[in-house]
Amino acid sequence: MLLTLLALTAIAIILLRDLWSSVMLSGIFSLVSASLFMVMDAVDVAFTEAAVGAGVSTVLMLGTLAITPKHEKNADRFQEVALLVVCVTGGALIYGTLDMPLYGDPDAPIHQGEPASRYIDRSPEEIGVPNMVTSLLASYRGYDTLGETTVIFTAGIGVLLLIGRSKTHSGK
Amino acid sequence: MTNYHILRVISKLLIPFIFLFALYVQFHGDYGPGGGFQAGVIFASGIVLYTLIFGLERAQSVIPLRVVEVLFSFGVILYASVGIAGILKGGQFLEYGVLAHDPVHGQHLGILVIELGVGITVTAVVIAIFFSFVGRSEVDAQ
Repeated sequence: MLLTLLALTAIAIILLRDLWSSVMLSGIFSLVSASLFMVMDAVDVAFTEAAVGAGVSTVLMLGTLAITPKHEKNADRFQEVALLVVCVTGGALIYGTLDMPLYGDPDAPIHQGEPASRYIDRSPEEIGVPNMVTSLLASYRGYDTLGETTVIFTAGIGVLLLIGRSKTHSGK
Repeated sequence: MTNYHILRVISKLLIPFIFLFALYVQFHGDYGPGGGFQAGVIFASGIVLYTLIFGLERAQSVIPLRVVEVLFSFGVILYASVGIAGILKGGQFLEYGVLAHDPVHGQHLGILVIELGVGITVTAVVIAIFFSFVGRSEVDAQ
């Protein structure tokens, strides 16, 4: 049901020429995918998707629209190469999903073997944090999270260098 | 948007609760869903709402871009310094167990501080990106 809604929203985004509606629909798309993550019991991911996808990125897109024209330009001609690339990539992605285990399959490789079972067995006594996602992200995978924080930091610096501070220099 | 009284009043009422909720998500991340990243985004969205309603100038007098820039470096440094503290206490980089007498307490402390670092960085970066976008469009409008 939610997946159908997700697909409908995606098709609507492609068909609409009005960029304002597209941005609002992409916010709705994020909200629906957040509900989907919620149904799959991935509460932390759903939380992030709702806050970032539906909230902040929609506002940023609207901020961009304030600078750019409101309507999509009509394509001048039919791009055969682009269609080919999209079809091949899409086909490869769908082919990749054929090998994936079913959702909730207990025999899936991710549920077998060392890392997952060790985290689940030892996390309560080693870390003692009820939310296992937090103990994984912050403690077992502390390096990764430090890297992610650095990525966000770099993104901030990049944006500031490219378009930031324009007001302080030329505005006032 | 300075003439929309309903928006101004409602957002003034809402913003403290947004901040409070962000702090709840930040410090309750050990026990429920959430953590530094989500909290940072929620906290920043409070500032974003304020900027949308009251304009860039007033928002920057509340939190100037200079402060934001310092904050987003500070978050990463805070995170990394927890790692260094682990080394100084005789453990490995980012080993929280050595930070307190009891390893589990050390883990709690480490997670709390690094989540705070993540939260500060994310808040500051989202605010900085938003300020840049808004500043840009105001320059173009002139």
